[in-house]
Amino acid sequence: MKKPSHRSTTAIWGWPLLIGLSSGVGLVSGLFSDGGAGDVLAGICLAVPVAVGTWFGWLRRSSTTGSR
Amino acid sequence: MHNKTIRIWAWLHKWSSLVCTVFMLLLCITGLPLIFHHEIGHLLGTEVEAPPMPADTPRISLDKVLQIARAQHPDRVVQFVSQPEDSEDLWFVTMTPTPAPTDDFRSVAVDARTGAVLAQPRFDEGFMWVMFKLHVDLFAGLAGKLFLGLMGLLLLVAVVSGVVLYAPFMRKLDFGTVRRDRRPRLKWLDLHNLLGIVTLVWLFVVGATGMINTWADLMIKYWQYDKLSVLLAPYQGQATVPVGERASVQRSLDVALRAAPDMRLSFVAFPGTAFSSPHHTTFFLRGNQPLTSRLLQPVLVDARTAEVTASPHLPWYLTGLLVSQPLHFGDYGGMPMKILWALLDIASIIVLGSGLYLWLRKGQNSGQHLPKTPQAEQPAEGIA
Repeated sequence: MKKPSHRSTTAIWGWPLLIGLSSGVGLVSGLFSDGGAGDVLAGICLAVPVAVGTWFGWLRRSSTTGSR
Repeated sequence: MHNKTIRIWAWLHKWSSLVCTVFMLLLCITGLPLIFHHEIGHLLGTEVEAPPMPADTPRISLDKVLQIARAQHPDRVVQFVSQPEDSEDLWFVTMTPTPAPTDDFRSVAVDARTGAVLAQPRFDEGFMWVMFKLHVDLFAGLAGKLFLGLMGLLLLVAVVSGVVLYAPFMRKLDFGTVRRDRRPRLKWLDLHNLLGIVTLVWLFVVGATGMINTWADLMIKYWQYDKLSVLLAPYQGQATVPVGERASVQRSLDVALRAAPDMRLSFVAFPGTAFSSPHHTTFFLRGNQPLTSRLLQPVLVDARTAEVTASPHLPWYLTGLLVSQPLHFGDYGGMPMKILWALLDIASIIVLGSGLYLWLRKGQNSGQHLPKTPQAEQPAEGIA
């Protein structure tokens, strides 16, 4: 079996960084809005971690790529 | 990262999580219904609402409202009076045996137009009360709050150390990999890492703001000691102003609102209570912008003369406390945000539960799941 290469820092932290930024923007933007665009943005941004967790955790049943 | 460094972080992650996990599970589970306390209140019929009337219906004096409430509980004193955030048609009068802080309170809901007693909701019983107390202080008052605050601090340590350990775990895996076809332990390790990293920012913010909230009582006490003691120097030696010698509360409210234009009443704290002084009726006003509506401006009105003594700006730590509250409650973005809050809460429950499972199953198939350092392909022991 071929030995897998190590993931680079970018490969490891790219997704987590995006999700973290999205969560942060979502948490803050709602504070400055009362039923307006900020609340919509907050909803979209906070849906990102939920969606990513659900997709990789439960919906994507078949693939186990990357493991060995 | 060196093996030794990983081991230190792993030790930190293991022990900080182990100590706080049971309490964090309790907080996540009791917090779930609290996210929807308004909706649950509506469903249970415990939410009080004033009947609709034309907007220009005249309102009765606040003094009259207090009189009506006192008639319901002649043996009690008024501690606080408040209006719901979304309605000026209703007054909630909180009555206790003495002005001292207590869990023994009665609440009287009075119609601001007709003076009718709409309800006497009991906030100190029932399912939501138990959830609330378990979540806030474990029925143990300030000691319980501070204890949960300490557990919150451990959670933050666990989150940070978990992030540090994420990289060595993921060195050979693509993002989001869940190895289902192997042992269950491996699957749960991957889910723990995945959900841990996606909920990271949310859990850190909710944990940190929750911890800050546990210090609220102390912050208010410190503020009173630090700032109010100067304002109250002229009153030194005087007893709490008796009810019979107090000026009209309605007049005091009008004076307070005039002192802070563009602000609305949040609540009134009566003389001798924890949020006021023995000599003042303190009106807490809030702004009318999304963010300023969360901030409070206290106006201290002399309880005898109905003249404004001072309207001190809140210090930075109380401003921080007030801003941190919505970030903990998730009550500032409508129903979509509440649902997302609940889902992220459930994800956190899975992270906590899987972490506990991984620790309990430790020793079985050990070594398989552990990260390998680039320097030496040896497993770092002692994680999870």
